[in-house]
Amino acid sequence: MLKTHSNPHFPYRRSPDQDSGEPTRHAVVIVGAGPVGLTLAIDLAQRGVSVVLLDDDDTVSVGSRAVCHAKRSLEILDRLGCGDEVVRRGVSWSVGKVFFHDRQIYAFNLLPEAGHHRPAFVNLQQYYFEELLLDRVSELPGIDLRWRHGVSEVVAADAGARLTVNTPDGEYQLDCDWLIACDGAKSPVRHALGLESRGQVFRDRFLIADVLMKADYPTERWFWFDPPFHPGQSTLLHRQADNVWRIDFQLGWDADPEVEKQPEKVLPRLKQMLGTREFDLEWVSVYTFTCRRMERFRHGRVFFAGDAAHQLSPFGARGANSGIQDADNLAWKLALVVQGSAPEALLETYSSERVQAADENILNSTRATDFITPKSAVSKVFRDATLSLAEHYPFARKLVNSGRLSQPTVYANSPLNTADLDGFVGAMIPGAPAADAPVESTRGYGWLLDALGGEFALLYYCGTADQLPRRIIEAITALARDELAIRVIVLTLPGSGLANPEGGEVLCDAEGLAAVRYDLRPGSCYLLRPDQHVCARWRWLDLEHIRKARARAIQASETA
Amino acid sequence: MKLKTDSNLPAPDDFYETLIAMHRDLTDEQSQFVNARLILLLANHIGDPEALREAMDKARAEVGGP
Ligand SMILES: Cc1cc2nc3c(=O)[nH]c(=O)nc-3n(C[C@H](O)[C@H](O)[C@H](O)COP(=O)(O)OP(=O)(O)OC[C@H]3O[C@@H](n4cnc5c(N)ncnc54)[C@H](O)[C@@H]3O)c2cc1C
Repeated sequence: MLKTHSNPHFPYRRSPDQDSGEPTRHAVVIVGAGPVGLTLAIDLAQRGVSVVLLDDDDTVSVGSRAVCHAKRSLEILDRLGCGDEVVRRGVSWSVGKVFFHDRQIYAFNLLPEAGHHRPAFVNLQQYYFEELLLDRVSELPGIDLRWRHGVSEVVAADAGARLTVNTPDGEYQLDCDWLIACDGAKSPVRHALGLESRGQVFRDRFLIADVLMKADYPTERWFWFDPPFHPGQSTLLHRQADNVWRIDFQLGWDADPEVEKQPEKVLPRLKQMLGTREFDLEWVSVYTFTCRRMERFRHGRVFFAGDAAHQLSPFGARGANSGIQDADNLAWKLALVVQGSAPEALLETYSSERVQAADENILNSTRATDFITPKSAVSKVFRDATLSLAEHYPFARKLVNSGRLSQPTVYANSPLNTADLDGFVGAMIPGAPAADAPVESTRGYGWLLDALGGEFALLYYCGTADQLPRRIIEAITALARDELAIRVIVLTLPGSGLANPEGGEVLCDAEGLAAVRYDLRPGSCYLLRPDQHVCARWRWLDLEHIRKARARAIQASETA
Repeated sequence: MKLKTDSNLPAPDDFYETLIAMHRDLTDEQSQFVNARLILLLANHIGDPEALREAMDKARAEVGGP
């Protein structure tokens, strides 16, 4: 049915592992080349860890699924070298509008302030998104991607796992030290290990239609409660790339999915909504949504990430976005452990941090679903009362829930954080993902997050100083030379002529926004993890404090 | 105890009359809707989550249910 996209079919290739007689041993095997498996493979490969990536299929996402890629996902993709492509290919948006009956009741802006590289969201069809990740995969050494190599059996052991892999040439076996299951909501790996993902199925059905049309709608998220063209239900409209629009119609639990998918049923529905606009149907499907998760995302040497670990309703666009954050969280930890730079205990925090994130996402996603699909007569009354007040009173807009859109999780209670000794205000608490800000260097204008990169980094603010004290210069050089190096970024105000110290880089806080967002005063410094989350901060730079905080952030004993 | 349960209304009879009058000529369905709007407006005015929770607990008490 798709007119704007045809799925590529990647060739099956026989691997030498199929002819080796004995199972070949690999350090890391990832099962599933969806958005999460691909992100993880790229991140690990960039960190110098080779991976085998197995997928039972031979193509990218078939048909229409994830559309909305959140700011944090884009920032992670920037670090992985594919942010620009996704942003260029997709459509950026920050504004949402909510309608009740026949009129708009309010609008909201998810990113009302300037000074961020990335918008609140970019909409791009999941198949394109995966294709762009695959382009990046093909540029990197160290990713052995095997299409039509499907995992059918898994035996976990203390030192890793043994997989049985099905191919068009028959079965073979593989051993690995670390196995990561990114094999989607049905996760055959999870089943093979007898593990469960538990939660609830929402008693409602949604028709998801992608239509091709030249429409005059702005690039915004539009959500209708009980509109005249679809009475008693809700509807969501999103723009995607190539003039394709995503429309979600709530159908109710009693709708027959097979009947609802038929063009003779779908087309009149769409005409009701779109009036005289001409359109072509690209894709339709009917979904029931589920919120559930596994109890733990690490079982010895097997990890679960993305939909395999947790599943969400799509209101809030938290599925792929949270999966990409899973990958972002796991890659640096696993790389350090595989390379012998951190103890295995670090890996347990992948599970604890991302279980916390999943709970937050499930809570948000469940609340949105409950608002959109009221479960009782009285909850419907409150819902409509809230909507009717929202048109006139700002307080009620905060109660309307058409989906709380994906926000990165703040790991506020993480054991990797070092508690504050000094007073700070603002959002950049230990555990928070680093905020972006425009910066300037001798190389020109750029962004703070790009400068932070993917290693441990220290952000040190020196205000207007045009010279650094010797003690600071020595500390910067020492940190850069540590076995687990910390790259220091020295932030200045405009006009300081500071030269790069050895092992560090001077950047200018071009618009003073970093100072505001991080509550910086001269001498303040922030230690950032390789996934760009804050793990410690101080009002003055002390080498021992920094080294201790880094040891904590990798769960090493403090003398290490 | 955040919730005031001693009399706090300067003219209780006036209030009660106004409350009932608010529903005059409404169908049951409309009354339910108006009540819900009223609860939301008042809840926002009160703002204090503890007081609100206490009020909800007290409202629900004695009604039973599963
Ligand atoms: C209608 C809809 C709208 C959505 N909208 C959004 C949105 O706007 N934003 C958002 O963030 N998310 C959204 N999502 C969710 C998003 O699509 C998923 O969260 C995302 O695809 C999960 O990625 P994944 O890599 O974990 O799993 P998947 O994308 O399911 O990938 C799993 C991969 O594993 C492979 N595999 C499976 N079994 C095996 C096996 N035995 N051996 C080898 N390989 C195997 C599969 O072939 C597949 O490639 C939406 C979902 C739906 C249904």
